[in-house]
Amino acid sequence: MTCLNEGSVSRPAMGIGIASATVRVGAFLLLVGWGGGLCPKPVGAQAVAITNGEIHTVAGAVIRGGTVVMEGGVITAVGRDVAIPAGARVIDAAGKVVTPGLFDSNTRLGVVEISSYEGTSDGSSANDRMTAAFNVAEGINPNTTLIPVTRVEGITRAIVAPVPGASLIAGTGALINLGASRLPEIVVKTPVAMYAVLGERGAGFQGGARPLALLRLREAFQDAMDYADHRAAFQAGERRDYSLSRLDLEALVPVIRGELPLVLQVGRASDILTALSLKKEFGLELVLSGAGEGWMVAREIAAAGVPVMTEAISNLPSMETLGASYENVARMQEAGVTLILTSFDGHNVRNVKQEAGFAVSYGLSHDAALRAVTLTPAEVWGVADRMGSLEVGKVGDVVVWSGDPFEILTSVEHVFIEGVEISYETRQKALLEKYRSLEGRPPWR
Amino acid sequence: MRTRHTLLGLTVLLVAGCASAQTPGPGSSQPARESQVGPAGAEALFPDPFPSTYKPFPSRTTLIRNATVLTGTGEEIRGGSVLLRDGKIAGVGPNLDVPADAVVIDAAGKWVTPGVIDPHSHLGVYPSPGIPSLSDGNEATDPNTAEVWAEHSIWPQDPGFGLALAGGVTALHTLPGSANLIGGRSVTVKPVPSRTYQGMKFPGAPHGLKMACGENPKRVYAARGPSTRMGNVAGWRTAFIQGQDYLDRWKKWQAAGSDPASRPARDLELESVAATLNGDMDAHWHCYRADEMVTALDIAREFGFRIASFEHAVEGYKIRDYLAESGVCSLMWPDWWGFKLEAFDGIKENVALLHQAGACAVMHSDDVQIIQFLNLEAAKALRAANEAGIPVTKAEAVAWFTLNAARAIGIDEVTGSLEVGKNADVVIWSGDPFSIYTKTEKVFVDGALLFDRAAPDPYLFGDFMLGILPGEAIR
Repeated sequence: MTCLNEGSVSRPAMGIGIASATVRVGAFLLLVGWGGGLCPKPVGAQAVAITNGEIHTVAGAVIRGGTVVMEGGVITAVGRDVAIPAGARVIDAAGKVVTPGLFDSNTRLGVVEISSYEGTSDGSSANDRMTAAFNVAEGINPNTTLIPVTRVEGITRAIVAPVPGASLIAGTGALINLGASRLPEIVVKTPVAMYAVLGERGAGFQGGARPLALLRLREAFQDAMDYADHRAAFQAGERRDYSLSRLDLEALVPVIRGELPLVLQVGRASDILTALSLKKEFGLELVLSGAGEGWMVAREIAAAGVPVMTEAISNLPSMETLGASYENVARMQEAGVTLILTSFDGHNVRNVKQEAGFAVSYGLSHDAALRAVTLTPAEVWGVADRMGSLEVGKVGDVVVWSGDPFEILTSVEHVFIEGVEISYETRQKALLEKYRSLEGRPPWR
Repeated sequence: MRTRHTLLGLTVLLVAGCASAQTPGPGSSQPARESQVGPAGAEALFPDPFPSTYKPFPSRTTLIRNATVLTGTGEEIRGGSVLLRDGKIAGVGPNLDVPADAVVIDAAGKWVTPGVIDPHSHLGVYPSPGIPSLSDGNEATDPNTAEVWAEHSIWPQDPGFGLALAGGVTALHTLPGSANLIGGRSVTVKPVPSRTYQGMKFPGAPHGLKMACGENPKRVYAARGPSTRMGNVAGWRTAFIQGQDYLDRWKKWQAAGSDPASRPARDLELESVAATLNGDMDAHWHCYRADEMVTALDIAREFGFRIASFEHAVEGYKIRDYLAESGVCSLMWPDWWGFKLEAFDGIKENVALLHQAGACAVMHSDDVQIIQFLNLEAAKALRAANEAGIPVTKAEAVAWFTLNAARAIGIDEVTGSLEVGKNADVVIWSGDPFSIYTKTEKVFVDGALLFDRAAPDPYLFGDFMLGILPGEAIR
C-alpha cells in the first residue's frame, strides 16, 4: 500500500511479485479507500492551530479556551495566549475536548487479520522453545484493515505485543505509529519490552506446576547472565550448556541488565508477589500485565515501583483471579501504583476508551484514566520525550473530540498524527457506503 | 475531515425521507404466530417435565418518582413516575398519586428503564470460573443434538447471574453453544438466587431450538461431516424431514384417541424438532453471513417453522429488507468483528441500519462481561446511528436491550417495557443509561428489590464466592 499523498497508485511491494498484479491490487484498495492512510510528513506539513478547545495536555492542568499549534509535525505551542502562525489551518474547537492521541499498550494490530485463521496470526508461536528472540515487529502487516478502524477512533500509538503461545517467554513487542502505512516507518521503536507469562498459563507450559515455570524462567535469566559475561568463551565452546539458544540469550541480555522492560503476565496475588521477588532477584525493569488481583497486594506493587498494565472491565472470577473486581484499577491507584490501561485486543483496540471510562466509573480519577492511556505508557515504554502529552516539542498526535473522550456517545472529530490529519476511510466505512441504501441501485452495487 | 463531513451531510439528506419506510418485500415473511408467552399449553406436543418453580420474591408497593423514564415503547417521560404493586407495573406517567402503602423513591436526576433482557447468553452453562469441570455449553458429539436441553447444564451457583442482575438484567436466554447444526433447547431464566434452575426458569417462557450456520459446525465436524456449508443445509433439512415424520406420527396417534397400547416410540432428538414444527418453540439461529440467513429463512418456510432470532447477524445490514419483512429479530454486537471470516464484514452501523429498516434490532452479549452493560452496547450502536445520520432517540434505543429482546425470546407480552400490567422488572440508573459513568442503583424483578447498589446482598453471587477470599470480596 502506498501513501495517498504521494500521488502514485502503487509500486511493487518489496521488489517481489508481478508488478502489474500489484498495481491492480493497489488500485482496488485505492478505490474502496481501504488502508489509504496519509503518510505523516512531519517536514513540510501545513501548520495547524486548534483553537478555543478544552485542552487536556496531560502534562499539566487543563487549559480551557486554549490553542494547540502544530508545525512541521510537532507541537510548537500550547496555551491560552498563543500566536497562530501565518497560513495555518485553524480548527475551532469551541465546546470540544482536545487530548493527545491515545496510546494502547497491548494490542495485536498488524499481526492478526482474521483471528480464527492462523495464516494471518503472527503474534504468537506454538513453538515451545523459549522464544525471547521472537520479534513481533517482523510480523507486522501495515496494510491491515485493523489499523484504520482503530485510528479513526483517536488511537494514534500502539504496542504490538506477542502473546505467549507455548513458551514462558513470548518475545519482544514493538511500538507502532497508526498513521504510517508501510514498513519500516510504521515501527517507531523495537523492542519496547520482553513479554513472559507465569501463573496458570506459564505453569501449563511447564508441566503444570508454578514452581517449575519459575525455575525455568530463573534458569533462562541465569543463563543469559552467564552468556552476557562470557560471550567469547561461549563461541569457543568453553561454557556449559545453556537452556536457551544463542539468539534467545542475546535477546534476554538487555532484560537481565534492566535495560529492557520485562512484561510479566500474572493474575493471582501470590503470583504477583513472586514476580516482585523475581524483579529484586535479577534487577529487572518489571511491568505487570493483567494483575487481576492487584488490589489485594497493591501496597507491595507500589512499594516495588512496578507499573501495572491492565484492563478495567473484568470482574468474573477465574481460578487464577478469584478476586477479579471492577475496583481493581482504582484501588491500585489509591495505593500509588503506576497504571496503564489497555484493551488487550486487536479488532477492538478502540474499546480502550471504554476501559478508561469504566475505570473512572469504578473510582479512578478522570485525569488518571487519561494519563493511563497517554503519558504513562509513553513513560513506561521509554518514548515520553517524543509523545504522550501535549507539550511543545512533542509529536503532533492530537485528537479533537466532541466531548469527553471516554463517553460512548462522544464522536471523534479530528485525528492528527505527527501533525497530519489522518484519512478517515476504513474498510468498514466502504461497506457502510455500499449498503447505505438498498434501493434505487442495481442489486450488485 | 472535509470529506467526512460531506458524507455525513449527504447521509442526512438521503435518509430523511425514508426513515420509517418499509422496504419492498423480498417474499420472506414467516407464518404468523400470535405473540404469546409459553408453549401452546395443552396443545404442546409434550408437557415440560421440568416446570418452573420460580416464585416472585417478597415485594412492597413502590413508587419511583421524578425520574427520566424510558418506557421501552419509544416514550421518554421527564419527571416521570413508575408504580410497582404486587409484582406488576401499576402505573407509569408524569404524575402518579402516592398510594398510602407505598415506599417512595425520589429518583430526581436518575433514569428508569425496563429491566435489561439478554436474549443470548451462556450463563450457567459456561459459568465462571471457566474451567473444564464447568464447561457444559456444547454437546459437541454430533451435528444434531436437538435432544439436549441447556437447562440441564445450568449451574445455578454461577457468579455471573448475580453480576448480570447487578448490571440491570432481569431475564436472560441461555442457549447451548454453536458447535452443532442443532445444538439443543434453550431456556429463559431470571438471574435470581436459587438452588435449582427450575427456581430461575421464567414462568411460561418458551424453549427455543438453538441452531448454527456457517463456520462452527463445519469446523467441528470436518472429519465426519458436515464439512461444508452445503453439508450444513442438508443436515438441517434432513432433521426437519425426520421431525415432520415424527410429528405426523404423534398427531395421528392423538387424533386416533391416544390409545396407550399403540403409543409411538419417543425420541428426544426428534421431539425437539417436532416441537419446533408444532409451534411450541421457535428457532434461534446462529448466523453471521447475509446469504446464509436468507437460506435459513427459506428452510423455515419449506418446513413451516418460525425463526425467532438470528444470533449475531453480523451481516444483517446487507439483508435488512428480508429481516424486516420476516419479522425475525437480529441479535447483534455493536462492534465485534474479524474474529472469523464470516464476521469480517461487521460494521458499527448494523444495529442502526436494521432499526431504520423497521427490522427487530436487539443487543445481545454472548459474553459474561458484556451482559453486565448491555446499555453501553446500545450506546455504541446509538453513536454509530448518530454519526451515520440515522435518527434514533434514546427512548427508541432502549428497546434494543429491553422490549425487542423480550420479543426475540417470546416474553414480550409480560415484560420488556414499562406498561401497566406487565411484570415489574425495573431498573433505576444513577443517570443516563447511555453514559459510561452511569451504573444501576436498584434492580427490581417482579417488583422485588433484588439488587441495591447501596447494600448489595452477598448471597446474590452464588455459593462459590462465599468465603473464598480472605477479608472483603468486592466485585
